[in-house]
Amino acid sequence: MTNPLSPPPKKNPQIRSVVPTQPLEIRSRAAVGLTACAAEGRFALQTCAECGAVQYPPRDACCNCLGVELPWRDITPYGGLLAETTVQTSVNSYFRERAPWRMGSVKLDAGPTVLCHLHGDIEPRARVKLINRLDKAGQGVIMALPMERTPNMEDDPILRAISCDPKHRRVLITDGRNPNAPALVKALKDAGATMIFVGESESWRPNPNRSQMADAEILPLDVTDTASVKELAGEIGGKADILINNARFIRPGGALARGDTGWARDEMEVNYLGLMRLAQAFGPGMCARTADGVNSAAAWVNILSVNALANDPSFGTFCASQAAALSLSQSLRGEFRASGLRVMNVFTGPTEDEWHQPLPPPKVMPAGLARSVVQGLRDGLEDVYCGDIAKEVAARHAENPKVLERELTMGGQG
Amino acid sequence: MSQLADLAAGIASGAIRVVDLTHTLDPDFPVIILPPEFGQCARFRMEEISAYDHRGPAWKWHNISMSEHTGTHFDAPSHWISGKDVPNGAVDEIAPEQFVGPVVVIDCSAGASNNDDFELTPEVIQVWEAEHGQIPADAWVLMRTDWSKRRGEAYLNMADDGPHSPGPTPAAMRLLVEERNIRGFGTETVGTDAGQGMHYTPPYPAHFILHGAGKLGLQCLTNLDQLPTTGAVLMAAPLKIKNGTGSPLRVMALVEGDA
Repeated sequence: MTNPLSPPPKKNPQIRSVVPTQPLEIRSRAAVGLTACAAEGRFALQTCAECGAVQYPPRDACCNCLGVELPWRDITPYGGLLAETTVQTSVNSYFRERAPWRMGSVKLDAGPTVLCHLHGDIEPRARVKLINRLDKAGQGVIMALPMERTPNMEDDPILRAISCDPKHRRVLITDGRNPNAPALVKALKDAGATMIFVGESESWRPNPNRSQMADAEILPLDVTDTASVKELAGEIGGKADILINNARFIRPGGALARGDTGWARDEMEVNYLGLMRLAQAFGPGMCARTADGVNSAAAWVNILSVNALANDPSFGTFCASQAAALSLSQSLRGEFRASGLRVMNVFTGPTEDEWHQPLPPPKVMPAGLARSVVQGLRDGLEDVYCGDIAKEVAARHAENPKVLERELTMGGQG
Repeated sequence: MSQLADLAAGIASGAIRVVDLTHTLDPDFPVIILPPEFGQCARFRMEEISAYDHRGPAWKWHNISMSEHTGTHFDAPSHWISGKDVPNGAVDEIAPEQFVGPVVVIDCSAGASNNDDFELTPEVIQVWEAEHGQIPADAWVLMRTDWSKRRGEAYLNMADDGPHSPGPTPAAMRLLVEERNIRGFGTETVGTDAGQGMHYTPPYPAHFILHGAGKLGLQCLTNLDQLPTTGAVLMAAPLKIKNGTGSPLRVMALVEGDA
């Protein structure tokens, strides 16, 4: 069994915080395909379109027939451990700081033998399940887990290093007025978060959610007010290990619905510039604390509409703000990259709230969204699709974005 | 000495006090809340352009944004549908003489202290006039409720059936406008109307009757408890916004003696 993680002691103010280091980031273009799959938590390998041979490591031509069409396909993630070693030191600072580090070779049922990180609970020559995850450099790496769950298995140091598990971490949820806030608080509490801060704008208005968030510290935060964001970052920026930006302004309609830019401006102020204000205020401090022990800063979570990928004109201006936020999240990935701070986007379909009330089901319920957020953090993902509609839109977008665009912009005959 | 020199000397000596009736423009100051499907009043916001730094080495300045009706603010006749055709009904068209003038204060603070929906009625005005004389024509009338001392949720006092705060009845507004011909009406609450003012006929009588008659409004005032009942002079000049329906502004009163 894995030794359970102890709750971290209070920080010693006389010791310098550990500066984040990284595993190697450089990959071939083909190998970044593994990263793309890891971003969604998929275990996939290149498979030759001509002869069907499964490839490892990633390459540009089939190891069997030299075919060059090698799409990434989901692979049965099981195999047997062949050999293992424990690295005691390394010239790479990241691994040197974390040694010993257990590695091994696994013969996949699908064919190839892969080199991977090994969970501490795997017995010699055991059957294993492989997962594909993002490491601190934001690149895909493969890790072998025991076939059955073992006690405290998520506390394994290697697994912990490639996840953003909320356990023992402190979380800031930015909008306590969002209908999903109480469910997020509950899910994170259940996942072992030690402190949950919830931002609340405009304390001069009643907030019906407040009574359902007894497990959280409710603090003033309005993402449209730069001074408010800076002030809260000044107070708790050093304790925000996971930031969940659920602030959202949404109104129905496209550009012609109202004939003014008022709500579109509010959508940009909250959904796009709000994200930027949060990033400017909280980002640098979080980036500096990604190696700060058990409760190190780990993840930045944005909750976005899946129509950030392709506009739904019935919420046209809102979708534009979501596309802006998605684009900014990509910039933040680049800006946070050297620190290892993960940016996770959780894409949803229509949510169960007043603005989607006339729409038919299925709609994303607060508890379902909260489950996706927690699972995504545990799996260290970058892209999470919550609910059937989000999964469907994402799949169609991946298949052909122009076809999806045309389907979403019907002229009333559809 | 000239009258103006006397005035200046009076202010310098303290014989005439300048009372600030304005709340600080603060991002967290309440604004009126309408049903979410309506357009909303923008909150006050301030973004730093530079602060003696790489963005501008020797100077600090901000961009600010807000509604015409954010914070302590002025309502022009064109703010309301009843005043849309009033001549010179926008803030840039109002004669500047209108921005300086006599003010009387009707103290409703006792009634408002135990009734959130306290109404300023013709009877209240008649009782006031019996003691202080008839409200002079072309005067500002301010309704003191001490509502400005409320903080947080208590200010809008929002319930499931809407906000609850004191204000005038339609009959009181008709008396002030049609019989006393006042210049304008001001309150400490977020609007010139009562929190439940939408349920009167006409709805929002202060807005409807005042602005229909070309009269002015002031709201979110403070320090009304520092004004004498009569005898002060109010200075309330909105920003000169082209076709503006209102404006945040600095409202001040000149008060003689220790009143």
